Amino acid sequence: MSLRSGDLTVGECHTRLLTQDLTRTQLVMYAGASGDFNPLHTDDVYAREAAGYPGVFAHGMLTMGLTARALTDWVGDGRLTRYGVRFRSQVWPGDTLSTRLTVTAVRDESGQSVVDLDVVTVNGAGDEVLRGYATARVD
Amino acid sequence: MPLNQDFVGRRFVSPVPFQVGREHIRQFARAVGDDNPLHHDVEAAKAAGYPDLVAPPTFLVTATPGALGLPTDDPALGLDYTLIVHGEQRFTLRRPVVAGDELIATSTLTSIRTAGRNEVLVTTYQYETTSGEEVAVGTCTLVSRGTAPSRDVPAGEGTR
Repeated sequence: MSLRSGDLTVGECHTRLLTQDLTRTQLVMYAGASGDFNPLHTDDVYAREAAGYPGVFAHGMLTMGLTARALTDWVGDGRLTRYGVRFRSQVWPGDTLSTRLTVTAVRDESGQSVVDLDVVTVNGAGDEVLRGYATARVD
Repeated sequence: MPLNQDFVGRRFVSPVPFQVGREHIRQFARAVGDDNPLHHDVEAAKAAGYPDLVAPPTFLVTATPGALGLPTDDPALGLDYTLIVHGEQRFTLRRPVVAGDELIATSTLTSIRTAGRNEVLVTTYQYETTSGEEVAVGTCTLVSRGTAPSRDVPAGEGTR
């Protein structure tokens, strides 16, 4: 499945739920799969006592990875050419996350049609946890 | 304590090629909640025109040497994990990573600058196959909270 440039309108939005009630297990799975064993994300005692956080929180890259799925599900497989984000606030166990993709441009890049997207992921309270951009090839 | 500026400009290269494996792709896809068959089912990936399982876009971080491309275990850098916050991450992707790829990642610590009381570390990445095909480039920005060099007046002054 792929998007067609003629079907896209600047300003159109797509929203997708990424996770409900993010678990600590998911954080541990991400640590293992990514090889990022920073204890802030897996060791509650360390997060509280050594670093002064209320507890463990998600790797920024887990939020970026969860958000990527919203992107690839919409733009299609193997279509993403640029994806960058700023981590705006922490994601905690128990959080519900959803992503809103907004078309900011449909343009030509070296003879290839591409779509530019604004990417925003928010938690259940509506706070932005991630904001970024993506570009994908379209037909 | 401020980070060691001597590390700026240093490059860190994968000591051995990073072999992209099917099980690793499946494990990573599960960890980011991605059940797209292209990450799990070899036949589905082949039917879609790929040589093997396709890795999710941010899988590239797993191929980065060290922790996010930095020698975090080298005490000379002075990085304190408890003070680090991930600020930004960017990727430019030339093609999807697939199982069987052998990647060489090069990370370069391009700058450590002061922003208020914090220090901001920018690291750039380049990912190539062992045959020299560029697969992706990336940039990572980390914030080291409260480690900026102090602007104290010389010792003996300002304490009265």
